Amino acid sequence: MYVAVKGGEAAIANAHRLLADRRRGDRTLPSITIQQVVEQLGLAVDRVMAEASLYDRELAALAVRQARGDMIEAIFILRAYRTTLPRFGYSEPVDTATMKVERRVSATYKDLPGGQLLGPTFDYTHRLLDPSLIDDAAVEEPALKEPGEHVMRVSDILDGEGLIEGDGRMPEGHIMGDLTREPMEFPMARDLRLQALARGDEGFLLALAYSTQRGYGRTHPFVGEVRIGEVEVELDLPELGFAVSLGVVRVTECQMVNQFMGSAKQPPQFTRGYGLVFGQSERKAMSMSLVDRALRTDEFSEDIVAPAQDQEFVISHADNVQATGFVEHLKLPHYVDFQAELDLVRRMRRDYDAARTGSQDGMKEAAE
Amino acid sequence: MMDAKLKQESPPDMARKEGMRLLARASFEELEAAWDALGEKPDVSPVRGPETGLVMVRGRIGGGGDAFNLGEATVSRATIRLSTGEIGHGQLLGTDKASARLAAIFDALFQRDADRAAVEALHRQIASRIEAEDRRSAEETAATRVDFFTMVRGDD
Repeated sequence: MYVAVKGGEAAIANAHRLLADRRRGDRTLPSITIQQVVEQLGLAVDRVMAEASLYDRELAALAVRQARGDMIEAIFILRAYRTTLPRFGYSEPVDTATMKVERRVSATYKDLPGGQLLGPTFDYTHRLLDPSLIDDAAVEEPALKEPGEHVMRVSDILDGEGLIEGDGRMPEGHIMGDLTREPMEFPMARDLRLQALARGDEGFLLALAYSTQRGYGRTHPFVGEVRIGEVEVELDLPELGFAVSLGVVRVTECQMVNQFMGSAKQPPQFTRGYGLVFGQSERKAMSMSLVDRALRTDEFSEDIVAPAQDQEFVISHADNVQATGFVEHLKLPHYVDFQAELDLVRRMRRDYDAARTGSQDGMKEAAE
Repeated sequence: MMDAKLKQESPPDMARKEGMRLLARASFEELEAAWDALGEKPDVSPVRGPETGLVMVRGRIGGGGDAFNLGEATVSRATIRLSTGEIGHGQLLGTDKASARLAAIFDALFQRDADRAAVEALHRQIASRIEAEDRRSAEETAATRVDFFTMVRGDD
């Protein structure tokens, strides 16, 4: 029999009231503004946009504040918000070759057109806590220099020699998939996998990427380049007959260059993994590109011997909103399920005890 | 299909397209100031919106390969008609519906000979602000360029 139970309305209302109070914290301190979160916790905002799969800095900052800094909660809130909005259409693909580059580094070429541009990086800092930030010491204006030549794509350099595989092509006649419109199915094509990875959990992808480096599906990677900057988003307007710009978004792109493949028909050449992520997040873009390459087992006839190569395992568990929903639902009332199991285990225990007593009696009789 | 359309774009379309690009990047303050500066306010009626929705932003595999869906972005858009018949479209990233409506009005005014000069002045103002911001950003980035030097192992 299923018994519906009601109750807890007052407790829930008061819990949410308490949550609002704790979120606000000490009232004698000023409340943080959305613009402050956007400006001073920008990388938290970027992570929420990337994993919620919704680019909007202000809304992501609002979600961070509402979630008290709990990133997955913020991602969940923003992901839920997007379901309330109508879809106007699909943009033209962004052109990362024309990116307004704010950072670009290559681990494969020292001297390349455009140079090594470090940008606002944590690299080469000593990771020492900075007490001067406590007192809000004045910050220097950035140094300025005359900009150099166009920042050429590293994949184009190697491509000129034919030593690297080209940008990814889907099979003839393939129709681009959209995870937000169709249920997941495996095997999953590379375009859909990239969509799933782009919004996948940074920690999960980082761990998988690390596992490939430690030998679980080795891919022998080099960072061809990582670039961060703004790209223009264009939308085709059918009523006008041409595409118009909607503005710019900041993205991080990683071109991972991996060890060569070749066959009797194809000369040996480097293979590639690709990462593209909303906002500034090279850890995520690099992890994505390593996992993208690891998952391309079918294209290179590689044996699936490691978790990072198993697309069903990777894609099914990469979404932290789904994952947290299923893990966290365990704390919701399961009273009836548990009662049923408790009854079952009691019955099993009775049978067990009865069987033991029976056999002990038998043994006693035999001894007498 | 798209390529065919692009080839057919006539020069006035290109100017309008560039204008729409700039209006999408305008701040609300820039649009509002330009509106306030208009001598005679046009008679505007709404056709669609202003409304906020989503556009699925696409990327290309490997940067230049086939397209895939990267993730969505919020977009606000509006379509308006002037009493003289011109239809204007405004569309921009974000949730600022008031800006989308003003962008649509300026897109419509751009098509009206009498108002074109004023809209072009607004275009120029937005363009020079973006140019200055991009320039500054490029200079900041250029200052972080690595100048490699090789430690020469001399014979002496």
